[in-house]
Amino acid sequence: MTKKPFEGVKIVQLCWAGVGVYTLNYLSHYGATTIRVETSTRPDPVRLFAPFAPTNKEGEPVGLERSAFFSITHTAPELGITLNFKQPEAIEIFKKLVVWADVVGEGFPTGVMDKLGLDYEGLKQVNPEIIMFRTCGYGHTGPMADQPGFGSILTAVTMMDTITGWPDRPPVPPSTYYTDQLSPMYGSLSIMAALDYRRRTGKGQYIDHAQIEAGLNYITPLILDYQANNRELALKGNKCDYAAPHGIYRCRGDDRWIAIAVMSDEEWQSFIKAIGSPDWTQKPEYANAAGRIADSDEIDRRVEKWTVNYPPEKVQEMLQSASVGSGVVANAKDLDEDPQLNHYNFYREMEHPYMGKLRYYHPDPVKLSAVEPDIRRPVLLGEHTDQICTEILGMTQEEVDSLREKGVFD
Amino acid sequence: MLSCYRVLDLTDDKAFICGRALSDFGAEVIKIEKPGGDPSRLKGAFYEDEADPEKNLTWFAFNSNKKGITLDIESPRGKELFLKLVKTADVVVESFAVGYLDRIGLGYKDLSQVNSGIVLTSISGFGQEGPYKDYKDPDIVVRALGGLIYTAGYEDRPPLGVSYEHTHYLGAMNGAVGTMIALAHRVHTGRGQHVEGITQQALDIVCSAEIEGPYSFFGQIPTRHGRARAAVTLKDGSTYYNPLLWPCQDGFIALNLLLNPTAAKNNLSMMEYIKQDSIEIGPFETWDWAGKSWENMSREQADKLMELLGEFFMNHTKDELLKLATENRFQLGPCNNAEDILKYPQLTARDFWKDIEHPELGTTLKYPGGAVVTTQGYAGIRRRAPLIGENNEEIYQELGLSESEIQNLKEQKVI
Repeated sequence: MTKKPFEGVKIVQLCWAGVGVYTLNYLSHYGATTIRVETSTRPDPVRLFAPFAPTNKEGEPVGLERSAFFSITHTAPELGITLNFKQPEAIEIFKKLVVWADVVGEGFPTGVMDKLGLDYEGLKQVNPEIIMFRTCGYGHTGPMADQPGFGSILTAVTMMDTITGWPDRPPVPPSTYYTDQLSPMYGSLSIMAALDYRRRTGKGQYIDHAQIEAGLNYITPLILDYQANNRELALKGNKCDYAAPHGIYRCRGDDRWIAIAVMSDEEWQSFIKAIGSPDWTQKPEYANAAGRIADSDEIDRRVEKWTVNYPPEKVQEMLQSASVGSGVVANAKDLDEDPQLNHYNFYREMEHPYMGKLRYYHPDPVKLSAVEPDIRRPVLLGEHTDQICTEILGMTQEEVDSLREKGVFD
Repeated sequence: MLSCYRVLDLTDDKAFICGRALSDFGAEVIKIEKPGGDPSRLKGAFYEDEADPEKNLTWFAFNSNKKGITLDIESPRGKELFLKLVKTADVVVESFAVGYLDRIGLGYKDLSQVNSGIVLTSISGFGQEGPYKDYKDPDIVVRALGGLIYTAGYEDRPPLGVSYEHTHYLGAMNGAVGTMIALAHRVHTGRGQHVEGITQQALDIVCSAEIEGPYSFFGQIPTRHGRARAAVTLKDGSTYYNPLLWPCQDGFIALNLLLNPTAAKNNLSMMEYIKQDSIEIGPFETWDWAGKSWENMSREQADKLMELLGEFFMNHTKDELLKLATENRFQLGPCNNAEDILKYPQLTARDFWKDIEHPELGTTLKYPGGAVVTTQGYAGIRRRAPLIGENNEEIYQELGLSESEIQNLKEQKVI
């Protein structure tokens, strides 16, 4: 059997919350051996995020293994160890893991690892070739280095909360934790580049990943527009500066909607045919984009008069088969049943010991022709503590048991 | 770090960012345009609003660092030259309509015949196969089918797409990561492969954690709630939506209001600031922030809390609230616009913005710096995007073409 892309790469991950986890998933899905270090004394807050699988028995606490949020984001094969860093022996064990590892990834605000002597300088002393990936909201230097970095705040700070809305109302968030899913790709690239570089040069490195800075790399045109034209982004509802009709239209059913975007004059002609060439479409001004944009409110009303007669799936099919962009405004159920996502085996049903059977475990949004990702249910807290200590670190079971009694593995 | 890799970039504006991100880490990226310039150069905003293909701001943003050549890959001579370039390259990135490269004889099989190590990365809205593969995928359509539109907007109006088109960048950035996975795989196998970055799936990853739990466990379908996102449950068991975004004196801020023991100290001290503004805080004078959460709150109390927070924020500017947040670790942040972010103190302290010269415009523009800071060299923008055909001489001479041959190709409109 051929090797997986990151086979042989060893990762220690202490990433809380979203960004570091999404970042390292790409490596763990594709062959890296990853040990997740946690502690039950201060659990990853995501393990405490509702909703929880309603699988606990009457009176049984919901515990740390039933969060959907945690489960949906931790889909990579990982080995789990619990280490309570309040115990000096836990720090020693962690350092042994650093010696074993190629990459250490962590996602605490600046200061947490540093106080434990586990910053890059500290890790380099035990493993000079280590690649240390640190992600936090604002980066590890500067006056905001130690601020917690919630995705819901960083989305605002990176301008992403002011790109969605109507001209006459306050903006709305496009998603809740948008930068949590925008910044990881840059994180993964940096680690993969660092591994490639180390393979060729033997040199490790320290990577400071600031979610604000990664997020801002998506909005460069807005920064340039401001400097070049002294213009800030104007909210446009669902309209487009250079195309019409372009919007979200009501369909038959309860809160059912279709997105339609006619992006060229050629598509406009196809659109007319697809909706049965009604008289209103024959206005000569509508033959070109400028004419349609100038009268887009009226066109939107007309289009909606047509869409309300059909369920959105039907409109999607009618227009896409005429090569006009259109798509159901998909809700949770639509996504679950979406034929395209299912064609890609995007929902991978698996059994979870605490949560039962679930089908929301996803691969990354990439597909490679020569290798399949390895998708798993999330690792349980400390699931492989004994195995890691004995098999990877060469400790005896007696040592492990006595450290456990001291609370090292809490 | 990646200067040993050569990337041929055939993308349009949906996916410029893919090659750009690889170039940030040092890869040599050659942007290949149609003779006369990429049609994408005519879309979007321009420098000083002058509709000139050499002044397109989206082109500037996501083609910086790249070299630029022109080549008609559909003409027989152009195809031949492209395959010669493929022999020198590690990666080809494209975002054409699905099947286009196969039809013109430049699909993955054709490329791997001349270079078995080549990685072909295809970026698309829905994927290279499956029932939607030939679907048109403009921003609002792929965003709708990816699940991000249904939960955005006000209850009394249609759901909302975005006023800044960037949705395909999510698929494109995944294409960049997939490219690196394939290059890592090549170390073991000696062979390249076909990689896909898929925007619809990237969008589903964005919303999955929020919507799939409620749907899987309880059959609930999360919908849109204006400035609020997540729901909380009050004492009477009813659902309450507390806003994530709030108006303030000169714009908006985001507030991540946590009512749990870890946030008790912060909440208590925020109440003190609110009282300093002579705002009556009523039941929250004696509220047990450490012991109580939404589940202990009546609707009347929740409304009162929203009212006093709203009043407080309206008394202050974004700058004041940012300062307060940083000093007290309050979980709020300004909804920055471009003017704000260019003077954001944290970014200034980190020397984030990079001045990039545009000699042809006689000016310098500030660009976002690298997405990461590393100890093995700078990873980010280094030079402005290429002019049309700027590197033709350099690249075609490297392929062994003489100056007269290059001149000939220009006359035949191959380059």
